[in-house]
This record gives sequence, C-alpha cells and structure tokens, in this order.
Amino acid sequence: MDLGKLKQRGEYEWELPQTGAMRVPGVIYASRALVAAMDEKVAEQVANVAGLPGIVAASYAMPDAHWGYGFPIGGVAAFDADAGGVVSAGGVGFDISCGVRTLLTGLKRADIERAQARLADVLYARIPAGVGSTGALRLDAKSMEAMLKGGARWAVQQGYGYEADLAHIEEHGCVAGAEPAAVSEQAKKRQRDEMGTLGSGNHYLEVQVVGELFDAAAAQAYGLAVGDVVVSIHCGSRGLGHQIGTDYLREMVVAAPAAGIRLPDRELACAPLKSALGQRYLGAMRAGINCALANRQILTHLARQAFAEVFPGARPPLLPLLYDVSHNTCKEETHMVDGQQRRLFVHRKGATRAFGPGHAELPAEYAQAGQPVLIGGSMGTASWILAGAAGTEERAFGSACHGAGRAMSRHEATKRWHGRALIDELAARGILIRSPSWRGVAEEAPLAYKDVGAVVDAADRAGLARKVARLEPLVCVKG
Amino acid sequence: MTLRWELFPHEADVGVRGRGATLAEAFAGAATALTAVICDPAKVGAGEAAHFACAAPDDELLLVDWLNALIYAMATRRLLFSRFAVDIADHRLSATAWGEPVDVARHQPAAEIKGASYCELAVRQEPDGSWLAQCVVDV
Repeated sequence: MDLGKLKQRGEYEWELPQTGAMRVPGVIYASRALVAAMDEKVAEQVANVAGLPGIVAASYAMPDAHWGYGFPIGGVAAFDADAGGVVSAGGVGFDISCGVRTLLTGLKRADIERAQARLADVLYARIPAGVGSTGALRLDAKSMEAMLKGGARWAVQQGYGYEADLAHIEEHGCVAGAEPAAVSEQAKKRQRDEMGTLGSGNHYLEVQVVGELFDAAAAQAYGLAVGDVVVSIHCGSRGLGHQIGTDYLREMVVAAPAAGIRLPDRELACAPLKSALGQRYLGAMRAGINCALANRQILTHLARQAFAEVFPGARPPLLPLLYDVSHNTCKEETHMVDGQQRRLFVHRKGATRAFGPGHAELPAEYAQAGQPVLIGGSMGTASWILAGAAGTEERAFGSACHGAGRAMSRHEATKRWHGRALIDELAARGILIRSPSWRGVAEEAPLAYKDVGAVVDAADRAGLARKVARLEPLVCVKG
Repeated sequence: MTLRWELFPHEADVGVRGRGATLAEAFAGAATALTAVICDPAKVGAGEAAHFACAAPDDELLLVDWLNALIYAMATRRLLFSRFAVDIADHRLSATAWGEPVDVARHQPAAEIKGASYCELAVRQEPDGSWLAQCVVDV
C-alpha cells in the first residue's frame, strides 16, 4: 500500500483520511512494514466501507488485513440503526462465525510424543474433514430448528460436551435473536449431514504445545504453562452459513437501490438495520452463528473421544474449553463513542472480538486478564493466544486480528510446493499432518501466509490485544 | 468444443474465468474453472446429469446465480462436474451439467467452495467479439 495516502497517528496506527464518499476516516492498526505490504485493494475496501450509511467513528483494518470481498478481511465497522445504519451480508461473509476454540488437555509435550502418530491417526479417523465429508448426526426439521436457536447450548443438551463449556464461549454459546424461519430450506438442506464436520481450505484441528509465555498473570488465568498441550479447532458454520451468505447477498444486492443505498462494490451488499430485510438477515445470520457454535461443540466432543481413546484413564472433565472466538459476525454491542453509550451493530470480517479486562461479558475467571483472543497460524507455524487489552473498546470497538493472512494466492502456492513433500518436511520437524488432499496441503503451505509473529506483535503494540502465549504445532488434521 | 477457462489470483481466495465465442460458452468455461478450484477437471467423469435454471436482472447476477447453483448441487449431492451445456437468453439460463460423485482418493479435492462472490465480477463482450465471464469464489 502506498504510505503516501496515509497519515501516521502513532507507530502502529495509520489514518486513511476522509475523502470523496467516505463518511468517516479509515484507521489501519499495523506496523509500517505490514501496511507497506498490504495490497492497494485494502485501502480501497476500507474507504468503501467508510462510505456505508450510518457507520460510526471509523472504518478499521486489523494488522492482518488483506484484500477480501466488499470488506477487507481483517475489517471492523460499527453501524447505528438510529442513524440510518446498515447490516451487510458482505461484511459478515460466507463463513458466518468461522472461528477458533482452544481446549486444554492437561498433557505435556512428552506425553504426546510417546503417542504422536497414533493420536494423529485417531483424530483423523474421528474428525470428518475435507470435501464431501459428512457427520454422524442427521438433523430433521425439528432438531434443525432447535440447533439454530440453541447453538452450543443445544449441542451440550444433546450430550456433546459439558455445561461448563458454555461459559467460555462468546454469548455463552447461544446468540439470542436467531430466526430459523429466516434461513432458507436450501441452507438447511446443505447442513443436514454436515454437523460435526471440519470443512476444508484453511480449517483445521491442531494439537499444539505452549512454547513461550509473555504474560504470566493472564497465562495463569487461562490455565497455560510452558510445555502444556492444547487443541485448537478452526472452522465455521459449514454449508448452512455459506448458503445464508449466498441467499442474502443476492437479495441485498438487488434491494439496495430501492433502499437508497449506492454500492461502490456489489459485494458490500447491505440493508438498513431498520428494514424488514435487514432484520430478517440478522435473524438468519444469528442462526448461522449458532450453527457454527454447535458445530465446534460437536467437534470438541469428537476430539475428547479421540484423546480418551489414546490416553485412557483421564478423569473428566476431559479437555476443558479455554475459549471460543468467532470471526465473521455482526453483533449488537454497547460501546462508548465520544462519551456517549450507544447500541451498535459491530461487523467483524476476519477479525476477533477482543474485550479488555473488566468487560461485563467476560467470565469471572478471565475478568482481570481480559478476553482470550485465539490467533490461528498457518499449518506448521506458530499460533498465538492473546488477551483483549485495556482500552481496546476505544480503539476498534474491542477487536483484534484473527490470523496470519495469506501472503500468496492458492494458485501460486500449488506452483511452488507439493503436498506430499511438504508433509514429509513437516514430519521431519516433528509436525504430523493428516489430510485427504495433497493439493489442499500445498495450497495451505506455511510460507503462503504472512508471518503471524509480525501480526501479533503489531496487535500487541497497537494496544488491541496483549501477547500471552505462543503455541507450536505437533499434529494438524486438515480438511 | 474445447472450453476456455482459467483461474486468476485473489489474495485470500481464487477467481474463476471463462471465455467463449458466445455468452453461454463463457458461462460454461467459468463452470469448468469452478471445478478446477477443487480438482483437475480432466479427472472428473460425466456419468450423472443435473439440470439448472436461473433468471436474474442482469448477466453479472446471472453468472453468480449459475455458479452458486452448481456449488449448491455439488454440496448437497456430493458431485463434481466436468461437462456443461448452457443456453442463455434474456438473462435466463438453462443448463445441464454432467459429473460424478466425489472420490477423495482419485480427485484429491483441495477445497470445497463456500460461494460465488460479487468481487471482480464481470460479464462482457471483448473488442474481438468474444465473451468473458468471471468472479472470485470463496474457498
């Protein structure tokens, strides 16, 4: 990105001044090197979002921002319904509530190393992953509706996991206001046999070891020590969320002109919050969030079964949940803006909610540390656990980065690497990969992603989220 | 007829592009590119047929509708498609696609496609009279 068009506000804060159709300025939180490496399209997309009706304060981009569709990936924007604000299906994206959850195992690196290949095989056998995979669960119309309303709470009621898990999920595992009737029959059909599946692309289940700690107090609150083994699951709302995105993008694109909304990019498709379409989308999108939360809850259950098989004799609760974060969402939240409390609809597209210490939404055990912010790396590289920083609500409505972000297209990655060779290379470094597709592995090659370390450093120094722990991969199941 | 198709880079995802002497050929090419996002289209059989009908206010939306109809059929019927016969008139499409069920070992599917986006969406006639149809798909 051309730094000439930006005004530097601080070492890690850059302003894209308000020009043309922008209603607010853009703000990018990143180091000079990360901003310079961003595509020009990021600035264009930040500016386009800044032009949407009812946007409040600024159009934000996180340190891992990259060229998305409509919104940049790593984009955050809040809208006020009373000021003509909108909800954007494009601003949430296709994979509604794609997110990460991390489970504690109570095991140490040496425990895993004694059974690493077997654990990899058992996880791969139990976790449905990849194109065309199906889960064991079949949902009829009644159970589909209950799942869409109940999210992870529904899953726990069905026997997938513990009641205690729910306190460590955003909105306690169940978003209010879900409207199953606003979800098309096609979306429901697409989901019928996809509950408890990982998906493909950049989705994974990874066994990781804590390599280094950066914040002893937060690490203690989160139950992390060096050498501890954790499990992280990255996936979303599967076919149901994808179809909700498809359905409502189409409807909002067509309806926008009549609502007086000029779309500089059709992918920014949106509808006024105070419109029947906007409300219907919110109901469907919340059902999509609940679907993602239920899906990750079922996958958690499958991971617990796998660990119980490989490491028998452990006493419950097995693999307690550290936390579950969602990336692609629009959430109604209260924020202070210019000294006034306002109810806002915060879009986070490829960005994580990162509430700071003392926030009312946090469980008591994390109140002092702040919300755990789980950052997925790429296969074979580090992942990170951060904590929402004090004052982060004033920076980007309590948001932080979500991952490394691609540095290279999938196409380029397959030209440079071969899946089999990559798997062998990673195995030689003690990282076992299990995947049905070699090409899929090549497309997700570690070097096809940006340096996640630079991204989390920027998030830390920009005051979005503090570094707590670096995680190193031991086993990765990829779709 | 050899369909002309290609994938084009996008930072997070991938673009599909079809070209042809007619609009319908370009749409068929884009459909082949859609399969290529997942696996090598040459490795996909053509034993099973699926029929499609879409209508849209303009040809760009029609392309998105067509690709999303294929994505939906692939997801719900666990199929991959390799051959396409497309007719388009007045922003209405009718088509038959032939394919086969996903065989993970043989097809090595790299990624499922979540949806066709409006990003880099273009349907146009080029100066030489040929047609182009493209957009980015989310994987």
